[in-house]
Order: sequence, then structure tokens, then C-alpha cells
Amino acid sequence: MMQGYNFAYLDEQTKRMIRRAILKAVAVPGLQVPFGSREMPLPYGWGTGGIQVTASVLGRNDVLKVIDQGADDTTNAVSIRQFFARTAGVATTTRTAEASVIQTRHRIPEQALREDQIIVYQVPQPEPLSRLEPSRAETRRMHALADYGLMHVKLYEDIARFGQVAISYDYPVMVNHRYLMAPSPIPAFDNPKMHMMPALQLFGAGREKRIYAVPPYTEVRSLDFDDHPFRAGRAPHACGLCGATDSYLDEVVVDNRGGRLFVCSDTDYCAERRATGHVGADGVQEAAE
Amino acid sequence: MIEDTLLAGRGLSLSFGAIPALVEVDVDLWPGEMLAIVGESGSGKTTLLNVLSGRLKPDRGVVWYRDPAGRLADVHAMPAPDLRALHRSDWGFVHQDPRQNLRMNVSAGGNVGERLMAQGARHYGNIRDAALEWLRQVEIDADRIDHLPRTFSGGMLQRLQIARTLVTHPRLVFMDEPTGGLDVSVQARLLDLIRTLVARLGIAAVLVTHDIAVARLLAQRIAVMQRGRVVETGLTDQVLDDPQHPYTQLLVSSVLQA
Repeated sequence: MMQGYNFAYLDEQTKRMIRRAILKAVAVPGLQVPFGSREMPLPYGWGTGGIQVTASVLGRNDVLKVIDQGADDTTNAVSIRQFFARTAGVATTTRTAEASVIQTRHRIPEQALREDQIIVYQVPQPEPLSRLEPSRAETRRMHALADYGLMHVKLYEDIARFGQVAISYDYPVMVNHRYLMAPSPIPAFDNPKMHMMPALQLFGAGREKRIYAVPPYTEVRSLDFDDHPFRAGRAPHACGLCGATDSYLDEVVVDNRGGRLFVCSDTDYCAERRATGHVGADGVQEAAE
Repeated sequence: MIEDTLLAGRGLSLSFGAIPALVEVDVDLWPGEMLAIVGESGSGKTTLLNVLSGRLKPDRGVVWYRDPAGRLADVHAMPAPDLRALHRSDWGFVHQDPRQNLRMNVSAGGNVGERLMAQGARHYGNIRDAALEWLRQVEIDADRIDHLPRTFSGGMLQRLQIARTLVTHPRLVFMDEPTGGLDVSVQARLLDLIRTLVARLGIAAVLVTHDIAVARLLAQRIAVMQRGRVVETGLTDQVLDDPQHPYTQLLVSSVLQA
């Protein structure tokens, strides 16, 4: 563990301030709580909000997993995991089942989370109405009065123009029948996982200086119309490596002749399936290697 | 106040610094009636409209509104959520400039459907049917439903604003110069449309206008304002045919005869 820094980088007063914001956020599910976001040693947009929330909830016995678009091995995930390994000395893992705190960018792991786990989302834009109503004073008033007709106008416009709701990520949700919430840019495919999730869900937006939360077992409903119900979209393929047909897939260009490979975006899920003998159309048997 | 008035203002006063915009104004509006507020520019017409609709707080005075259950509510003492709910269901507001009220980057159908969705309508097919029906009522072609308002002419925009306001069947509509800035033939059609819709739906309305002809055509009663005071009030025909106050006489005699 690195010397010269407090445990998990942030000083204790800052962590207390962030924990107070988290407690308030948990008490009022979906409410955006302002907090004094600090400068972190990484650029805005790389997870400054998530990293501050993680630093505030992390204890010495926690096991941390960090994913970026579902993958454990991308730059963002690797740097943040190393950051906490060095500043807090906590154990890290890539296995979803072994982690007690999971910081994520743009995905929820495929494996169902448990009551003893916390998932921390990195949020670029916490305000779900930001693209529809530019004034932040006005959107705050809309939240206070639960005046969310405007969001449905956006869904109406999508159906009128495209025949369906054309939001594929950051699909707005109603939390606990009260607050409209941006679920961070996770695919709409992941939205149903937030509903009644046993794990605590925390959201940190560093640049926008907001924290919000969904406590365990809270209702999270994706907005829709009665005659155009919410659909969780997914590429109609099986994972090329592990053959999974129930996971969210990434499309990877593999050559210059238009070759495509669809693979699980959750690398841990894919690896565990392959370890138990599942093979996709483009995969290799683990034992044969 | 008198029994069964829908909206009543008592002793309304408001100054902007040293300028008295409203001085001890009393107003009554009964269900299903249209009241015109006329006067020269700067006489406090629009200020009165804003005070009556709860958008502007008076220095002194009370505005009473009788809800559908018959209870009286002080508009300015109402909690913000209640006033907001009133504005998106029971009340409507038609601006002189439709661009203030319409969402210019949302299609005509979305504009008409917004108030329905704000009230909790969650069936796309029903919302669209209602939007089509209202576009028909304000004489906009059904195939314009998915077009953006910026492709509409001035008269169409004003009619779209009216459709958007009336879609929730409000009991009370505030209109601020609804025909201002339109050419005469378009004005005539619009006036005809407003008169038909208001009569058919039994809507009460407060209409601010500087055009006496508009007041005579639409309103049953009229209030004439000068420098923040209501100087004369009564039945429209009575006031305009036999004006008592010197200012009203001046106003009536200064209308150009075509």
C-alpha cells in the first residue's frame, strides 16, 4: 500500500461528507443529492464520481471489482482497480461472485448480485431531463412536483417517428413510483436487473457533483406506454466464444473482409461459462489450448 | 363574494416600483362566460391576467377560484404543486406568441398530447387519437401531425396552441391577445374557431385584448382598464353602445370604421 495518502486516497472529512450525501440518497431513492465533488487524479468522464463513492464506502476487508463496458481488462477498469489496490491496499478480483464492491461503467454484471454486495455506477449526466429541458432550475422544479409528462413526450416522439422507443442506453426509469432517474449509460437490456435488486446501487457523477442511490429491493420501472411496453434490446446472436444466448453482446470487427464476432460484453461471465465447458461457434475448447 | 362565481379577484393591487400596474381591481367571472379586458397598452391588462392566473403575486388583494367540487381556494396561498396541477388540468393559458407555449422541437401531435401525458395518460394509441381529433377541431390537416411546429404558419401555430390548451377540457382559459400579430382574414377564422369551441365546451375565459371588435365578437362582459384601474365594467354591448366613462367613450369613438 502506498505511503503518504489516507486510506483510499480521500481524506476522512471528505469521505464523511460523501457518506452523508449517500445516506440522504439512500433515504430518498432516485433523488439527486448535491455533494462537494473533489478533483481526482483522473480526468472527468473517466469515473471521478464513481471513484469518490467507492473510496467512501470501501473498508479494509472489501474485495473490489471494476468493470468498464462489462470488461475487467480495459484501461479504465485496470487503472481504477490498481488505484485502489495501491491507495487502500484492498483485495481486487475480476470474479463478480467474489466482489463485495463493484464499480462499473456502462454495464451491470450478468450474474445476479447479492445482498452483501454494493454496485457503484459512474454517471456522466445524472439529470434524465437534461436533453429535454435545458434549465436546471426548471428540471429541479419538475422533480419536486413529479411533473414528468415531458419525458413521455420524448417517448411519444420516438414512437411517432420510428415506431418504437429509440433509446438504447441510459433509458429513463421511475424509482419507487416517485423520482425519474437516469440509470447511467447502461444498455436498456440491463434496466430490468435494477428492479428489486438485492444489492445496494450507488450512482456518482463527479463533474455534475451529484450522488443518487437505489436501496436494495426497490421498484425500478422503465418508462413506457401501455400499448408500447418496454423491451430490453439485445443483438439476436449467441456469444461466439461461450455460446450464451442470454447475455448482452459486443460486436467486434475481426478482419478487413467484414468479419464480425459477437461476444459477451461481461468478460467474467463469458470466462466462467467457458471454464465450465460451454463453447460458442467461434470458440476453442479450453482443454484443447 | 357572490355565490357560484368561478374566479373572483378582490382589491388587487400591484406596483412595479413607482408604477402602479393594478389599483384596487375587482373582477368576477362566472362559469361558461367570457370576460374581455380591454384598454390601451400599459394599462395593466396583461398584469391583471398574470395575477388572476397565479403567475404573478399581487401586493394586496385575493384571487378566489372555485374548484369542481365547489370549494373556494385562494390562488396565491395555494401550494406550488396544487397550482401547477391546476395549470395543467383545469386551467389553460393561450399566449399571444404561440412559440412561448409550444415546444418548437416536438411534433404537433406531441405538443397536443403533452398535457394528457402530464396528467398520466399512458396509452400511445389513445393519445394519438386525441391529438388527431383536436387537430381536426382546429382545422389542421391530420397528415401534419408528425410535423414540427416551425414548419407551420402563424395562424396554424396559434390554432395548434389552442388545441394543445383545450385537449384536457379545461374549465377556465386565460387568453392574452390570442389574435394579435395575425392578418385580418386569419384573425376572423381564428375568432370564429375560438367562439365555437368555447361555446361548445362551456369554457369560461378571461380574454385580454386591445381590439374592441374582438371583445364585442367573443365576450359577454367587458372590463375597461386605464392606468391600472377598471374604469368601467358591464355587458359588452351595453358598455360599447352606451359608454359612460370618458375613457371608454374615447376608446369606442377611436375605432376605425371599415
